[in-house]
Amino acid sequence: MDWGNILGQSITQGLGVLAVIYALAAIGLNVHFGYTGLLNFGQAGFLAVAAYGLAVTIVVLELPLFVGVVIGLLAAVALALLLGIPTLRLRADYLAIVTIAAAEIIRLLVRSVTLRDIFGGSDGINAFANEFFSYSPFSAGLELGPVRLSQNDLWVVVVGWTLVALSCLLVWLLMRSPWGRVIKAIREDEDAVRSLGKNVYFYKMQALIIGGVLGSLGGFIFAVGFQSVQPDSYATDLTFFAYAVLILGGAGRVMGPVLGAVVFWFLLVFIDGTLAQLVQNGTITFIRTDQVGQVRYWILGLSLMLLMIYRPQGILGDKKELALDAR
Amino acid sequence: MRPRVASWLAAMAAAVLMLLGIGGVAAAAPAAGASGQVGGVSSLADTPLADDDSAVAATEVKGVVTDPNREPIAAVQLDVTNSEDVTDPSGTVIPAGEFTATVETKDDGTWAVPLPGGGRYSVTIDTGTLPEGIGLADPDQDTRTVNVLPEKSGTVLFRTADGENGGGTAGRSTLDRALQLTVDGLLFGLTIALAAIGLSLIFGTTGLTNFSHGELVTLGALTTYFFSSIVGLPFVLAAAVAVLVCGLLGGVQDKALWGRLRKRGTGVIAMLVVSIGFGILLRYVYLFFFGGNTRQFNAYAGQAGIQLGPVLVTPKSMVAAVVAVAFLLATAFWLLRTRSGKASRAISDNPALASASGIDVERVINRVWIYGAGLAALAGIIYSLNNGVNWFQGFQILLLTFAGVTLGGLGTAFGAIVGSLIVGVMIQVSTLVVPPELKNVGALLILIIILLIRPQGILGRRERVG
Amino acid sequence: MPDDDAAALEQADIAEERAQFAHTTIAGELLGRRKAVEALADVPHEPGVPKPDPILVADGIVRRFGGLVAVDVAHAEIQRGSITALVGPNGAGKTTFFNLLTGFDQPNEGKWSFNGIELKGKAAYKVARLGMVRTFQLTKALSRMKVIDNMALGAKDQKGEHFWAAVIPGIWRRQEQSIEAKADGLLARFKLDTKREDFAGSLSGGQRKLLEMARALMSDPDMVMLDEPMAGVNPALTQSLLGHIMDLREQGMTVLFVEHDMDVVRSISDWVIVMGQGKVIAEGPPDAVMSNPAVIDAYLGAHHDKALTDTGESLSFTEPE
Repeated sequence: MDWGNILGQSITQGLGVLAVIYALAAIGLNVHFGYTGLLNFGQAGFLAVAAYGLAVTIVVLELPLFVGVVIGLLAAVALALLLGIPTLRLRADYLAIVTIAAAEIIRLLVRSVTLRDIFGGSDGINAFANEFFSYSPFSAGLELGPVRLSQNDLWVVVVGWTLVALSCLLVWLLMRSPWGRVIKAIREDEDAVRSLGKNVYFYKMQALIIGGVLGSLGGFIFAVGFQSVQPDSYATDLTFFAYAVLILGGAGRVMGPVLGAVVFWFLLVFIDGTLAQLVQNGTITFIRTDQVGQVRYWILGLSLMLLMIYRPQGILGDKKELALDAR
Repeated sequence: MRPRVASWLAAMAAAVLMLLGIGGVAAAAPAAGASGQVGGVSSLADTPLADDDSAVAATEVKGVVTDPNREPIAAVQLDVTNSEDVTDPSGTVIPAGEFTATVETKDDGTWAVPLPGGGRYSVTIDTGTLPEGIGLADPDQDTRTVNVLPEKSGTVLFRTADGENGGGTAGRSTLDRALQLTVDGLLFGLTIALAAIGLSLIFGTTGLTNFSHGELVTLGALTTYFFSSIVGLPFVLAAAVAVLVCGLLGGVQDKALWGRLRKRGTGVIAMLVVSIGFGILLRYVYLFFFGGNTRQFNAYAGQAGIQLGPVLVTPKSMVAAVVAVAFLLATAFWLLRTRSGKASRAISDNPALASASGIDVERVINRVWIYGAGLAALAGIIYSLNNGVNWFQGFQILLLTFAGVTLGGLGTAFGAIVGSLIVGVMIQVSTLVVPPELKNVGALLILIIILLIRPQGILGRRERVG
Repeated sequence: MPDDDAAALEQADIAEERAQFAHTTIAGELLGRRKAVEALADVPHEPGVPKPDPILVADGIVRRFGGLVAVDVAHAEIQRGSITALVGPNGAGKTTFFNLLTGFDQPNEGKWSFNGIELKGKAAYKVARLGMVRTFQLTKALSRMKVIDNMALGAKDQKGEHFWAAVIPGIWRRQEQSIEAKADGLLARFKLDTKREDFAGSLSGGQRKLLEMARALMSDPDMVMLDEPMAGVNPALTQSLLGHIMDLREQGMTVLFVEHDMDVVRSISDWVIVMGQGKVIAEGPPDAVMSNPAVIDAYLGAHHDKALTDTGESLSFTEPE
């Protein structure tokens, strides 16, 4: 067993691009689900519109990077408005179904042959991140003990974690303010908030937009980090895993999504690597090498279940507080 | 008129024969090329641990394109590109999307593209180059992704079909096409309805928004495949056994998992997340044991359609529709006429009151699970008659099932049936206007619009505040 | 069901409580009460009667659920500065009428005004901002928030509730301090000051009712609408809750409340409106209404199998919920 290699890979991934992407997606979901109680199952859609907004602006419209970022952000806001206007007056379940449907609509549209000239069909759009990397101050990669990052990845990760830190700061500032108090009260009981003269619909819309925009930052990192946007990266699974990340870390806690993302990716890669080696050296015989990835999902699904049943407050949450939850 | 009557008679005869489990008429043609999709759909970006970049020669992707009767089709164009970075034998890295190749099928329908190195490639078939009247069985699947190992060849096959789903309806009058699509849509809607009833009843009685319901659908198809193709039972018997087994497993699932969660007082949103985890677990267990391929039921893989006036229907679809309607009627009878059915509606209305009036709530819920799971299994079997069996099919139609349930009004069984039929018809008929690959987009958009106009769904009721 | 026990307990303690009411009401010589009683003295005892100084006027309010007419109120007025009780058997449409008046539900027909402002089509939060604040039958304490945060939420016109201002604490910190001071005052008045930092979900049923009422007062409303303020409340707390409601009147607020316990209605209300099958069937001061044959019929009609007990000098209607 090459534990050094496995641990190195796990730590690298736990701090790497994917952890950043899922942290940002989950920070957005935390605003939606953790604080406001909105069941957004279309977070993948927010990442997708941002990533495609960026890529299409650069590749098809041939405009600079920052215009792409602005367009991506505007697209996320527009998506939030589109989703929110019909559903935020309805029961929570409707938002869940409409958001999951909307995310699928986006994925089907961008992968369609009809719109291939714009979105590149199922292959997506590739190689558009040159400008982003041209700003990189790094002239070499990073090798710090077991952590190994290429020159490009290092830049992506530095920008990514900076965005994560800023997002956390924003969430922290918001949630300790009277605005955050209204938001949390809506999670508890929106009729009560309404009876106290607050425009609940308006606040829910604001929360949906903020969470969507924070998630869309993950979309930008996804796009530049892999220098490619592909429609099937933005399927429902992405949203589900972001929920797993959020619940693992602790919903309704500022640092919950960040811790969740790091632990999630560390464990996933660690389990993957350990299983792969155990299969390769013949310790485990009932799994083939190509099935290791599948077994990893068993563990993922099972952990999500067990976590929700036995430790729904996640790593950072307070069990006593959650016990008060009537839902 | 005479030919039409004859074809009606033939269809009815076929239906009766198939109901009896003989199914002789069906043996017309096996499926064109069982799909060769390698590797499942996985949106989670791969995290390669042991990347082997020592690629040597003879890496290629190949396949064969045939019509539904297994006759090869020549001169069909396919595009191949790499969907991730690959390394060629000289060690040069080719970034994703940089390698592209276009190829035409030869006279024997075969094609092959040599590749620079191992990795994930996507293959797109140009449906415009398929002959008139032939389209893809699943028009959404015009692109396949294949993971080619170094020094190995990957195979990609596209399943074609005529009339029923594909581009085969092109060139006919709009009215005829609308009719054909409505019939197709009703058949599909019936399938969704079978799955939707369980989803809706379980939501109504327990408040659970079950994101693992699709896995009950898949289980039906998988068990049928197991009993028919591996154990060797006749198809109809295998299907019947599968429905029974899945129903019982549904009851077991409720007792072992959901019932206990209810007893612990787990909230509905927590249960929803549990169901997401359970769904992921089940899907990848299925993938582990069943593999990533789409397989056909041996008995009815391919089947020639029967022309009924302007509408082309396969006998198996007709039988499936009859069976589906029969089961839906039985469900309606159960809900309206039997003690436990009425009790389940009472629980949906007001669980506390139902419990107070002496209804054994847990018992009724367990029965709802058994029936719901059985119906979902049947939905899976019927779906697979035309689309083959794969490990994630239930998840694929879960969203449409939710759309049907929501459209009809959350928690009402009859609403679920009506909503599902509307979704089914909408999906098919929308292809008159939108490209087939976008047909689900239209249906989902209409869902959103209807929710705007009538938030409580078609048969739903509004809630009281306070 | 716990509510049953609570109801039974309350009934058992009724005699004792009544003695206590008598004591407080007589000793106080309450100015607000005397004003309200005097203002309503000459008003005839009939359904839909006009009041000398109405704060709330409803006209032709109809709410249908499918074929069922839940509410059909031809005319109703609430006297400013009074405590008005809304009573009636289960299913009489009291809560629905409440929801309609406060904007939580919209009627099929009719219009109504508050302080002279038309409320038809106004969203619930706008109604609350105009000064008509309600509570709920099933208490809506915000469980996973502290008691003090529950209170602070009730305050109106908070600068920090605007998104952009929220990020800059300097904009709202001073206002926040004054809100907290006000909240602490109210908490002390409602004897919840020791619970300030507790989660609202950890309070008892009665304490939640108190919190909900105190929270409503944070916005300095003109009118407080209480939907069954006594339901599920421990008898030990009923007394202080009643005291607080009477206190509202003394401070110049108008109270409309839904209640089942006729002893409660009799002891604190100046005027009683009786609903039956969606309509207002009787109005008048408590004693007059309780001897009204139409009212007794309405209760008997709906409750032929339920408790209707004669406890000496008055009727007591109790409804196990």
